[in-house]
Amino acid sequence: MTASPFLTVSNLFVRYGSATALDHLDLDVRRNELFVLLGASGSGKTTLLRCLGGFVRPDGGRIILNGADMTGLPPHRRPVNTMFQSYALFPHMSVAANISFGLRQRGATRAETQQRVAEMLSLVRLEGFGARRPGELSGGQQQRVALARSIAPNPALLLLDEPLSALDQALRMDTRAELVRLRRELGISFVLVTHDQDEALEMADRIGVMQNGRMVQIGTPAELYEAPANRFVASFLGAANILSCVVAADGVSVALPGLGVSVRAEQPGAPGPGLLALRSERLRIGGAAQPNQVEGVVTGCVYAGDALAVTVRLADGLVLRVKRSLADGLDSARLEPGSPVRVGWQPDACILLPE
Amino acid sequence: MRWVIGLPALWLLVLLAAPLAIVAVIALAVPADGIPPYDLGFNLDNLSLVATDPLYRDALLRSLRVAGVSTLICLLMGFPMALAISRAAPRWQNALLLAVMLPFWTGFLMRINAWIGILADDGLIARMLGTRLLYTDAAMYIGIVYTYLPFMVLPVYARLSRLDPTLTEAAADLGAPPWRVFLRIILPLSLPGIAAGVALVFVPAIGEYVIPALLGGPQAQLIGKVLWDEFFANRDWPTASAVAVWLLLVLVVIPGSIVRAIRWLRPDRA
Repeated sequence: MTASPFLTVSNLFVRYGSATALDHLDLDVRRNELFVLLGASGSGKTTLLRCLGGFVRPDGGRIILNGADMTGLPPHRRPVNTMFQSYALFPHMSVAANISFGLRQRGATRAETQQRVAEMLSLVRLEGFGARRPGELSGGQQQRVALARSIAPNPALLLLDEPLSALDQALRMDTRAELVRLRRELGISFVLVTHDQDEALEMADRIGVMQNGRMVQIGTPAELYEAPANRFVASFLGAANILSCVVAADGVSVALPGLGVSVRAEQPGAPGPGLLALRSERLRIGGAAQPNQVEGVVTGCVYAGDALAVTVRLADGLVLRVKRSLADGLDSARLEPGSPVRVGWQPDACILLPE
Repeated sequence: MRWVIGLPALWLLVLLAAPLAIVAVIALAVPADGIPPYDLGFNLDNLSLVATDPLYRDALLRSLRVAGVSTLICLLMGFPMALAISRAAPRWQNALLLAVMLPFWTGFLMRINAWIGILADDGLIARMLGTRLLYTDAAMYIGIVYTYLPFMVLPVYARLSRLDPTLTEAAADLGAPPWRVFLRIILPLSLPGIAAGVALVFVPAIGEYVIPALLGGPQAQLIGKVLWDEFFANRDWPTASAVAVWLLLVLVVIPGSIVRAIRWLRPDRA
């Protein structure tokens, strides 16, 4: 049941003048799923969300929700609610009136409305705030009111447009966990737009990475991170080191022409010229036991709290970023710039990408 | 430095408080033959005469009605105009605002005289409608609405243009059809602009005497015309001042209570 597509977007096409915002995009979102649309600004993720909300009329394609075509429906006739990036709370109404707005539109009785508003206020932990005005609340409280307002009418699908971007760092961490908890409790499908890869990796059941109006890759956070489909996904999620390489016919022998070294991969790639992506946290400095090794010179060593961010220049001038563990303490991990080192990694750390 | 701070107060005193005080003093004086045509004193006869004599009372009531109807028409015409301008593409907005203000570039009397030509019995509109227009109430209302419409459009537009469009999207998203988005979101949030527009139209319209004199009929007098006649034709300064005092009271009390009513009616305490 959970695997059946609940929302199906097929061949969606949107142009703004001569610019193509969505380029024949396909997407399935499952029932009860937190789906994250991840992309840089201008990738089309917000346009896609606005198509789902009904604020942008697509130039082509279809949007099917729970078996019903809602491509041409105006926003007020869709069983979909949006939590806006700016929250868009009604400044002239109390918190309770904001939350009850959607319920009243659906013809709920006064008693039902009151009960639901109380429920929502306790869900977002704002009991006793019903009579306040949005202007009297902090940013975090406004964010929770906006969430409560969009959940109150019990939508089939909740759209969240950069819901955490206006919060400070600490609050954002709490709220991520809070959103995941709420989604589990409510059993609503969430489609969340963000440009923050940490947010996407931590919260999503599945992520769709967008670029230039296309869906580049869809998968679970681990799938996308461990097996990115191309260079863009590899560098957008977790900033990988990217090296040019030539894959031999066996698919796992990988020559690094600039270094005159050959390394082994575990997952075979397409033979021929390609790219080798290496995650900085999979690289180790020293450790003669590593099957794959290259030599280089330390050019920088920056303390980043949970690790050292080390940069190593290789023989061909390319710079590798290495995340050096502090498991044995800071003093033993520190490296002097200029010192020659070996950088090693396991075969399963090799990510082979098409050029 | 103290006198710099005192300057605005002095300004207000000389230009606002002093003239009002002079009018009030003359309203309490006794009419007399001479220059100036009154003897100072304390006498409430002028004020009570204006309040009780049907001539003044009816003129005041009629002025209130004319100003009220004109303001309502300005609101009904001006609000959609302001909304349309605020929703127009940004590059059109300035051009449309300019079109609203364009009439101010020509003299007021010239524009009213142009209306005399347009509304005349042998003019295009009167012939098409097959009825008289000039020197009727209809012509007077046309003139007043035409003159004061920009004063309604501009403050309402100023308010609407600052309305966050995601608020209307949020309301639609929550299931409100367009008319309810208008009633629950756009209208309440534009009330301060409407209040400003109503005040800017109603206050000058109630004392208006040029437009009724040039376009309206001779049958019924408005308070502005009565005041003019008392002052310049009858040279009865105390009565004219008493009319002015009553007019001022009405102008301060009525808009004040409208603003209060709007604040009280705002549906924000749900």
